[in-house]
Amino acid sequence: MLLNVDHTTLYRYDRPVRGVVQSHRLTPSRFDGQQVLDWAVTVSGGSMGGGFRDGAGDWVQGWTVAGPVTEIEVRVRGQVQTTDTAGILRGHKELVPPEAYLRASAATEPDEALRALAQILINAESPLAGSHALAEAISEAIAYKPGSTQAQTTAAQALAQGEGVCQDHAHAMIAAARAADVPARYVSGYLQSGADGGDHEAAHAWAELYLQGFGWIGFDPANRCCPDARYIRLGSGLDAQDAAPIRGISRGQGTEILSVAVAVQTQEQ
Amino acid sequence: MTPCFNEMFQNGDVRAPYAGLEGWSADMPADVRLAKQAEAEALFRRIGITFAVYGEGGDPDRLIPFDMFPRVFTGAEWAKLERGIKQRARALNAFLVDVYGRGEIVRAGRIPGKLVYQNEAYEKAVCGFIPPKGVYSHIVGVDIVRTGPGEFYVLEDNCRTPSGVSYMLESREMMMRMFPDLFRVNRIEPIDSYPDKLRRTLASVAPAKCDRDPTVVILTPGHFNSAYYEHSFLADLMGVELVEGQDLFVDGAFVYMRTTEGPKRVDVIYRRIDDAFIDPLCFRPDSMLGVAGLMDVYRSGGVSICSAPGAGVADDKAVYTYVPEMIRFYLGEEPILKNVPTWKCGEASDFKYVCENLGDLVVKEVHGSGGYGMLVGPKSTKQQIEDFRALIMADPGNYIAQPTLALSTTPTFVEEGIAPRHVDLRPYCLVGERIELVPGGLTRVALREGSLVVNSSQGGGVKDTWVLAE
Amino acid sequence: MLSRTADNLYWIARNMERAETAARLLEVGARISLLPTAHGYRNDWDSLLRASGNANGYAAKYGAPAQAQIESYLFFDRDNPNSVASCITNARENGRIIRTALTTQVWDALNTAFQELRQIEANRNGHELSRLTDWVMRHAAMVRGAIDATLLRNDGYNFLNIGYYLERGDSTARLMDVKYYVLLPRADYVGSGLDNDQWSMLLRAMSANRAFHWAYGGEITSAKIAHFLILNPQCPRSLITCVAGMNNHLIRLAKLYGRETPAQAAAAQLLSALENQSTEQIFEEGLHEFLTRFIGEAASLGAIIHDAYLSGDMK
Repeated sequence: MLLNVDHTTLYRYDRPVRGVVQSHRLTPSRFDGQQVLDWAVTVSGGSMGGGFRDGAGDWVQGWTVAGPVTEIEVRVRGQVQTTDTAGILRGHKELVPPEAYLRASAATEPDEALRALAQILINAESPLAGSHALAEAISEAIAYKPGSTQAQTTAAQALAQGEGVCQDHAHAMIAAARAADVPARYVSGYLQSGADGGDHEAAHAWAELYLQGFGWIGFDPANRCCPDARYIRLGSGLDAQDAAPIRGISRGQGTEILSVAVAVQTQEQ
Repeated sequence: MTPCFNEMFQNGDVRAPYAGLEGWSADMPADVRLAKQAEAEALFRRIGITFAVYGEGGDPDRLIPFDMFPRVFTGAEWAKLERGIKQRARALNAFLVDVYGRGEIVRAGRIPGKLVYQNEAYEKAVCGFIPPKGVYSHIVGVDIVRTGPGEFYVLEDNCRTPSGVSYMLESREMMMRMFPDLFRVNRIEPIDSYPDKLRRTLASVAPAKCDRDPTVVILTPGHFNSAYYEHSFLADLMGVELVEGQDLFVDGAFVYMRTTEGPKRVDVIYRRIDDAFIDPLCFRPDSMLGVAGLMDVYRSGGVSICSAPGAGVADDKAVYTYVPEMIRFYLGEEPILKNVPTWKCGEASDFKYVCENLGDLVVKEVHGSGGYGMLVGPKSTKQQIEDFRALIMADPGNYIAQPTLALSTTPTFVEEGIAPRHVDLRPYCLVGERIELVPGGLTRVALREGSLVVNSSQGGGVKDTWVLAE
Repeated sequence: MLSRTADNLYWIARNMERAETAARLLEVGARISLLPTAHGYRNDWDSLLRASGNANGYAAKYGAPAQAQIESYLFFDRDNPNSVASCITNARENGRIIRTALTTQVWDALNTAFQELRQIEANRNGHELSRLTDWVMRHAAMVRGAIDATLLRNDGYNFLNIGYYLERGDSTARLMDVKYYVLLPRADYVGSGLDNDQWSMLLRAMSANRAFHWAYGGEITSAKIAHFLILNPQCPRSLITCVAGMNNHLIRLAKLYGRETPAQAAAAQLLSALENQSTEQIFEEGLHEFLTRFIGEAASLGAIIHDAYLSGDMK
């Protein structure tokens, strides 16, 4: 599938800030499921800093904007040819050992309820079947409800309240998998707009579990499926914060107002 | 407990390295000794060597006690120590490059992957990065204790930012000022080239993008930090700027410092802050001490950070037990210095042994430092032992245990005159283009009678450490 | 040099000079309270607080002025950033932060002042006011002397001096302005014996009493005083001396760094304005108005210097 991405993030400051530094994971991963035909990230008034491919295989790119500045626009535009790999991250070069993804993070610290979910994976006849069952259980346990959680909501909190968004589904999946001693990580990326008929944001997140014999496999409990040709994978981390496509910090007193617009559409539309 | 080895007196005789001190100490009248002691204290206070104790409040300008009785090694003793320390520093760095690369030592089954990759100090963010010259830990502080004439044990390795080197240098300075005659009688190897060597080491690991004489800085958490004196002391002796996070900023692909003449590019950062605080974008987002964007510059080769982020995984107290294995695996050599036998409470059989023998063991937190969070079994009350037992039961993987070693003693000036007190030794091994260390180190002394805890935060003092020229 | 280092040097100077100002204010206050007025004894401490810019902070903490409390506020109070104790503590802390940019002698002087301060604080009631003010003057002089005798004449030395001159100019203007708050609006006092007594006392507080008599002789008049403390380049505390000092050290910085900043132009302009000023013009404008304007202009120059060298935001 040919996917066009147009993703704009606008930062406005009520008072000029003295400078902004950002670190981006905004470049599609290199693996068998996707091929980049065209890709450009621009930062208004920014100077491009150091870039490198990290141990997890993600391209990380630094940016700085010298102040005083009141508005910054980060724009991502590009075109990616995708193929369905049944969720398997085939042909992806990385160095971080899967074991490093067994460490809990603040957002994925397991509680009793998450440990109970982990039993599904532990007791399953195969890890693959168990993973699917776990994803299914999480879809059931956490109803999709935009605005019901915040960026800081933990997996345990979202599960307890029974509502959340894709970030919460992914966190819960990761926390439960790790509790079952299965390496798991958070993946950020894009999902074709309106692809699922629902009102999901085109900026999306899901989980990857490392299963012996398969390697890393994506699971998207929010959409009850594995990532396919409608998905574009950007980067990964221990949790949402660790995998954030844009991390930034501004120096100054200004309060930040953020607005995001993302469109991911097939070429045919 | 077996009797301790006294480094000066043996069977009533004075051991050779201390021969030059026998008359000096015996002939010193009490009033002269007290006057000298007062003079030393006044000098230390005037130059500003003070030590703030973590979490204890009280006087932030407390002096670290200085004992005038030197600790002496023969040239031959030192030669062995030096070889052993360099060997360790090489192995530790090879280990770091390996576990952030292909992890051969884990694949070979020589160290459990769990211990490395699930370690809090393992930084996923530096995976796949080989720092200039393949060095992660540029200053390795190896804590060594002695139990007999030829018996040396490594207590722990400090691969991040071992502190105390300023006390090593100042103690020597103090002795040379107060007792110049001693230096005429004894042939003592000088140590004052340390700052130059440190500077050369740091400059030698400048990034490839640096095409001129590298600009080196020391990054301090700030003047409230207990080791601030040392940071400013080293900056001064090396002739480099002492910066705080707020003095540095990232612009494009490089790091700059804010000067009165505008931005100045920085090539090598000797940081004295923890990994977690280096860059709020990469690690703790609430860090006010670091520099936003520093890690991206570092990983793309725009600046060097010493010690390299992630180096801490090598000096974990549980990883410590595998250092002899590292030496064999990477260097194909037998360890020159011994490890202290260590039981890992996280392993069932070790755990059982530790629980049954708590009263005889020293138990430490895996990530602890500074002498906090530890139990010295033979020196503890029943209640203290039981309290600590509860801590270990709650989180066994967090503790290791070691036998209580009969640490050597050296003569030390105490209120009643001269008495033996337990000591340890921390030499500072520099690793850059080459590996070197100055002949000596920091000798810490437990000033309380019978005490085995030498940490300055726990009432320990320092001594000048001599290595005699052959 | 690091901007933060320069900033700390600059603040060592400003804090030491400010400690001295607090001590001089205390001395003026103590002497004013001994002078009779037409209405018996006035509560002139209030004027003193207002002139020195300490009135609001004091009122918030203590309410109505009372001598013992004002003494305590100006000398010991750590809540008052301008008290002697705050300033000396801050100066020593500024010094500790950049310990290696100082010589042992300068550090010694700062540290000794601080250690003695702690002893004085431990026994607050055991000291006469005049001894306390003498103590401050002595230590301020020791720090200053150590700086002049031992410090390398590099950029740091210039930043120290800029701090000293800026703070001292401000201090002289404020001390002169005490006179306005004490006397006005009773214009009939001008030229009276009381008027002269008050001027004389101010001169003494600035350690300039004898110097004034050597330079001018005869009766004390407000015109002579204004000339001495504002326009006479021989007077070490006059406004023109302070501005010329800043100007001089800014020029040295520009030479050293090989480039000018807006600070050089601003200082030159302030200096030339003073050089073209006469006492007649000052009284025409009104002494208080003139001093208020000067204090504002000096503060603006301080802000420009901050932006040009100390903020770290230079391109």
